[in-house]
Amino acid sequence: MRKKMALLVSLVAAVMISATNVVAGEVEVLHWWTSGGEAAAVQELQKMLEKEGHVWKDFAVAGGGGSAAMTTLKSRAVGGNPPTAAQVKGPQIQDWADLGVLTSLDSVAKAEGWDTTVPKVVSDVMKYDGSWVAVPVNVHRINWMWLNKSVFDKNGIAYPKTWDEFFMAMDKLQKAGVTPIAWGGQNWQEATVWETIVAGVGGNDFYKKALVEADIAALKSDTMVQCFEVMKKMKQYTDASAPGRDWNLATAMVIKGEAAVQFMGDWAKGEFTAAGKKPGTDYDAVPAPGTDDAFLFNIDSFIMFDVKDADAKKAQSAMARLILSPAFQTVFNVNKGSIPVRSGIAEDPFDMIAVSAMGDFTDTAKSGGLMPSMAHEMAVSPAIRGAMFDVVTNFYNSDMSAADATMKLAAAVEEAKM
Amino acid sequence: MQSAERSYNPLTILENALPKLVVAPSFIAMMVFIYGFILWTVYISMSKSTFLPNYDFVGLVQYVKLWKIDRWYVACKNLLIYGGLFIGFCTVFGLLLAIFLDQKIRLEGAIRSIYLYPLSLSFVVTGTAWRWMLNPGLGLERLVREMGWESFSFDWLVNADMAIYTVVIAAVWQSTGFVMAMFLAGLRGIDSSIIKAAQVDGASLPRIYWKIIIPSLRPVFFGAFIILTHIAIKSFDLVVVLTRGGPGYSTDLPATFMYEYAFTRGRLALGASSATMMFMMVMALIVPYLYSELRSKKNG
Amino acid sequence: MASTSSRSYTEMAGRAALYAILLLFALYFLAPLFVMIITSIKPMAEIRTGTLISLPKAPTFEPWLKAWGTATIGVANEGIKGFFMNSLRIAIPAVLISTLIGALNGYVLSKWKFRGSDTFFAMLLLGCFIPFQVILLPMARTLGVLGISGTVSGLVLVHTVYGLAFTTLFFRNFYVGIPDELVNAAKIDGAGFWRIFWKIMLPVSKPIFMVTIIWQTTQIWNDFLFGVCFSTGDTQPVTVALNNLVNTSSAVKEYNVDMAAAIIAALPTLFVYFAAGKYFVRGLTAGAVKG
Repeated sequence: MRKKMALLVSLVAAVMISATNVVAGEVEVLHWWTSGGEAAAVQELQKMLEKEGHVWKDFAVAGGGGSAAMTTLKSRAVGGNPPTAAQVKGPQIQDWADLGVLTSLDSVAKAEGWDTTVPKVVSDVMKYDGSWVAVPVNVHRINWMWLNKSVFDKNGIAYPKTWDEFFMAMDKLQKAGVTPIAWGGQNWQEATVWETIVAGVGGNDFYKKALVEADIAALKSDTMVQCFEVMKKMKQYTDASAPGRDWNLATAMVIKGEAAVQFMGDWAKGEFTAAGKKPGTDYDAVPAPGTDDAFLFNIDSFIMFDVKDADAKKAQSAMARLILSPAFQTVFNVNKGSIPVRSGIAEDPFDMIAVSAMGDFTDTAKSGGLMPSMAHEMAVSPAIRGAMFDVVTNFYNSDMSAADATMKLAAAVEEAKM
Repeated sequence: MQSAERSYNPLTILENALPKLVVAPSFIAMMVFIYGFILWTVYISMSKSTFLPNYDFVGLVQYVKLWKIDRWYVACKNLLIYGGLFIGFCTVFGLLLAIFLDQKIRLEGAIRSIYLYPLSLSFVVTGTAWRWMLNPGLGLERLVREMGWESFSFDWLVNADMAIYTVVIAAVWQSTGFVMAMFLAGLRGIDSSIIKAAQVDGASLPRIYWKIIIPSLRPVFFGAFIILTHIAIKSFDLVVVLTRGGPGYSTDLPATFMYEYAFTRGRLALGASSATMMFMMVMALIVPYLYSELRSKKNG
Repeated sequence: MASTSSRSYTEMAGRAALYAILLLFALYFLAPLFVMIITSIKPMAEIRTGTLISLPKAPTFEPWLKAWGTATIGVANEGIKGFFMNSLRIAIPAVLISTLIGALNGYVLSKWKFRGSDTFFAMLLLGCFIPFQVILLPMARTLGVLGISGTVSGLVLVHTVYGLAFTTLFFRNFYVGIPDELVNAAKIDGAGFWRIFWKIMLPVSKPIFMVTIIWQTTQIWNDFLFGVCFSTGDTQPVTVALNNLVNTSSAVKEYNVDMAAAIIAALPTLFVYFAAGKYFVRGLTAGAVKG
């Protein structure tokens, strides 16, 4: 592995030497939090860093859930001109670390006690060869079901806890004339629902085997067939215009009461808040059926490229330290609608949905229910993730049988592993 | 071809070499930035590259893999459907609109600008407007139904078999104006006395267009074809914004396929092999046409 | 008498049909712009609760001001106005250089043909059929080696190189239409390469310059791929800013601001089209697309 990338590494190093004449303590940060609450959240980090005398050079690239930013990062790296810090998540952290271009954050981690405040499942993703190479920023929970309270109340339906209850509720709602499920027909949204079903139907151990280890036997199993069947069963409860729909327009359907539920990560909360809705009175968020003890996480993180300039190095460690500081964890996550990635953060500034997620985060970290989200690039390599996406979206949007989908899934993952 | 004695003068030698010197930078740029990079891509397609380039040679493995992926066939088929319809409709509409506009139409300038403006807009956002209009629950279908035609249905965007045609609709919208301008210009260049003479002979207007005017626009057809093919092959934003390749991956095109594998999925070698295949397919289609057109021009 | 009046009736019906068709197409072309404009002047609450293509009940100009000056893009709350400068710094030199080189190439390839010049032209045209995604990484590497990675000069180089095929095509086809006799006569009079270009070709080239400049401006101004990959934070063009504004991953969407920003970002090219549109058609008339 090392040797084959030697060329690139030497190139990166060569240009780094020539790029040392930058302003003292400057960090150029590549990220895709470009607008609205996300950008407001990242501005807090900029402010804190500048308060310590460092310079934040912004390099924002949105699009495709970070895929445009990753393409840009690759071309910057190949050009020998990588930014000082970049938002990179999940298994891709290992890819970059493998090139030997990342700086170790161990000294900051030690001084700040990251190993005790950050759950091990999370730190495993951030470490390469046992040493910290990435710093986590926030946690989003994926397996939420968002419900319009008045639609459920009006029809006298309790929030479903199991898949049987769920489909019974959907039947009633459909008869009552609402679209039961607000469906966003884009491949990542379909994969989000699918992985939630895999955790809900198959349970935590099955989820880990199938979607984290990409174990072929698990992918081929009857449990997987059941998961696909549940997903297909949902289709009759969606409206005809679902394909291509943005997630926020699906959320809007729930807000307006045109639809009853949506499966989406906790960023959906921002849409409810922007529409002036209150949790507990207008809407609720509960874990998707069967996933009470599961917490599928999506964590954003930053990697730091190895730089020679001493001031830039200082700025990098300051940035890493600030990201996990209680003050930033609070202000950032309140703004973004996510929850802190470390323990020891006061709950009062957070809303009730975030507070419940924070409790579940701590509990599932102990019980083993805290698991990386496949759909959100936390669990498997991009190649395998892409293969899974193709099968899931093609299954949902065609008349493929659940059994065929299972076989195709195993075959596609096997091909992508090679 | 100049006579031999003149080339002894160094100034004349320079003078004779001058045209070549002038195009030399472009030639070098072309060899490096186009053909050099194509060769690089071909090599990468036979390498072990994953998420970044790697120069270990492994042969044609990726090509074998490529032709086993369902999605690649879908992308190729879509390019044929989309490219064919896009080029066809743009050419036909562009020609018709140009002929119509050439009938001493009032407000010609304004209408021409309306037809032309879509090319100036970035598809990043225009695509959103199209997506809303084509969506049955938000756009056209809902509008027509609200106006009273309850059974009206227009759900191509959400129908996996028809979605590629909505991509054609939006693409034709964007490029027809430019083709129209090209044809309009061609029409304006035709000597009007020919038409008058034919009219005196009693030929009907449609017949004059069909027999005399349209054939004389052959070079415009060539120019339009080159530009439209170029746009069709590069269509990327369009699909990404309008359908995101969906429903499922039913509207994937080779360009989006290539990007997805090479960049999003960290399978650069496979992406490069798809790009190489695509380039070869395009060559097979374009080269004969280009050859015959440049040839016929030389003779004519 | 009867025959002439019936003929004028059919003629009138024909004219009416003609206008009807032209109008129908105008609607097709205007529809998306209409949706964008009405959306850009609606308050967000109306977009969230109403249909997306209904008329605004309480029109507001607020989204336009926000898109221009106060919308958050990255860590700055300054809208897209700052990115206009970057786009200008990239587009103006790239358009001018690629057009000038195209003019010279076209001149040589039409009036000073040499062995292989047709092959060169064919190769140049063929080269433009690669999807640009393919060249991202080798180009990034090349820019790095040249030491202009992430700079405006780098982007100017990229746009110039990949614009050459079409600028050459436009000029070559235009100059082919200028009679060879003119050039030959000048040669006999002792005029050289540059003199002929300066005295004979340039004076008649205004229309084709307009065409090429319009085409190149549109292409370069609207480019996103190169702009995003070969820039750094402070050289990003306006399309990248627009994308950053519009393509959020999980933030609340503001469609009205998005649409306003898109229209603002397109204003320079729209202006070029509407103001210079007549040159465009004239330029093409003069032979840009004739072989």
